Amino acid sequence: MSREAYQVPNLGAQNAFGDGMGAGSMESPAVSYLCGECNSRVSLKRGDQIRCKECGHRVLYKERTKRMVQFEAR
Amino acid sequence: MAPLIPSQEELERRRIVGINAETVTNMSSTDFPGHWPGEDHAWDLNKFRDGFQVEFHRNDRFEAAFSLIGLDAAIANAFRRIMMAEIPTLAIEYVFVHNNTSVIQDEVLAARLGLIPLKGSVEGINWMRWFKKPTEDDPEGGSSPADYNTIVLHLSVECTKNPNAAPGEQDPRKLYHNAHVYARDIAFNAVGRQEQYFVDDEAIQPVNPDILVAKLRPDQKIEIEMHCIKGIGADHAKFSPVATASYRLMPDIKILRPILGDDAKKFAKCFPKGVIGLEKVTSQEAAQKGSGYEGHAGDIKAVVRDAFNDTVSRECLRHEEFEGKVKLGRIRDHFIFNVESTGQFESDVLFLESVKLLKLKCARWKRGLTDLMR
Repeated sequence: MSREAYQVPNLGAQNAFGDGMGAGSMESPAVSYLCGECNSRVSLKRGDQIRCKECGHRVLYKERTKRMVQFEAR
Repeated sequence: MAPLIPSQEELERRRIVGINAETVTNMSSTDFPGHWPGEDHAWDLNKFRDGFQVEFHRNDRFEAAFSLIGLDAAIANAFRRIMMAEIPTLAIEYVFVHNNTSVIQDEVLAARLGLIPLKGSVEGINWMRWFKKPTEDDPEGGSSPADYNTIVLHLSVECTKNPNAAPGEQDPRKLYHNAHVYARDIAFNAVGRQEQYFVDDEAIQPVNPDILVAKLRPDQKIEIEMHCIKGIGADHAKFSPVATASYRLMPDIKILRPILGDDAKKFAKCFPKGVIGLEKVTSQEAAQKGSGYEGHAGDIKAVVRDAFNDTVSRECLRHEEFEGKVKLGRIRDHFIFNVESTGQFESDVLFLESVKLLKLKCARWKRGLTDLMR
């Protein structure tokens, strides 16, 4: 199976996009990433070229979760 | 048969732990019933009261040094262990990370925050109650956070560029705002009745405001809520109210035969400053036959001035010329305590707290014994 033919399984609202839209739906939401070179925000939709719009760098990082994370201080 | 009474000399001998070049002798105490045939060593409150002494050498707010003389090692050690592990203090226990884009990982940051010593109104700390944690057997049994068991702290810092920085500036603290996150950036919000206890100087705050917690670069951000609870050192060292609580035995140096002249100077150099003094042999001593001072009037001799400061390094036992002339030891029932507080409680109060706790434990044990008899 080629990479393009792969369908991301729909996990419902639980997945990281969190807005109720499955990643497999046609109008995929824009997810913002951070450029590894210039640290600018890059929003990408499914199928977009993975490339920074400012500097053309090809390494993008996912943003940190907005959810609260709990730790024990020990 | 009336109990045998050992001579004062013999009792003194039993009090000394012998320290040789490579061995330690006479280590355990023998003043308990049944060890010495015919002697009465039953524990007696009046005997203890007469023999017990407390001497303070130093009593600063957060550091105290004092001697307890005339008690058993078991009791002295109990005080030390209670001070370290059983007196409750406040420490950060739960860390809720809302945002942390700094290079330090959440869990590492949480562990660092937990170790920051906190201080606040002693009255308030004593008013606070335990926060019961849910256990595996009883996941619903934990207490819920309330004003009497949880202190809420916040840390929210964002690093930004400093537009007014001089060109060519290299120091990140000047180049950026909030490049370093310190313990003083932790903010306290009083909740409910906490407002009565933790006000102004008595508010919950880090003891040392300059503890470096994390380093940031522009656009990095830390946003954290922390819950502090009361705990004991036995659970985690962060709850221990003492930085150090230790004791040592009082050193004992006995010069058996005279050490004179250059030897005396060398002897003094084997010890820390002030432990060994140099004195002139008096004509009276020189006239005394068999003292070893004959014909040495006016010479320098070594005398023990202050054994308290000795480290018992045993250096003097390494030199041939002092062989058989000196005996090192420690006094078995003279404990020199050193208690350094982390800043929440005063150090002498900590010791009194440990006495209180030991008393409480004894009462509990006694209650258990009476229950057993029924």
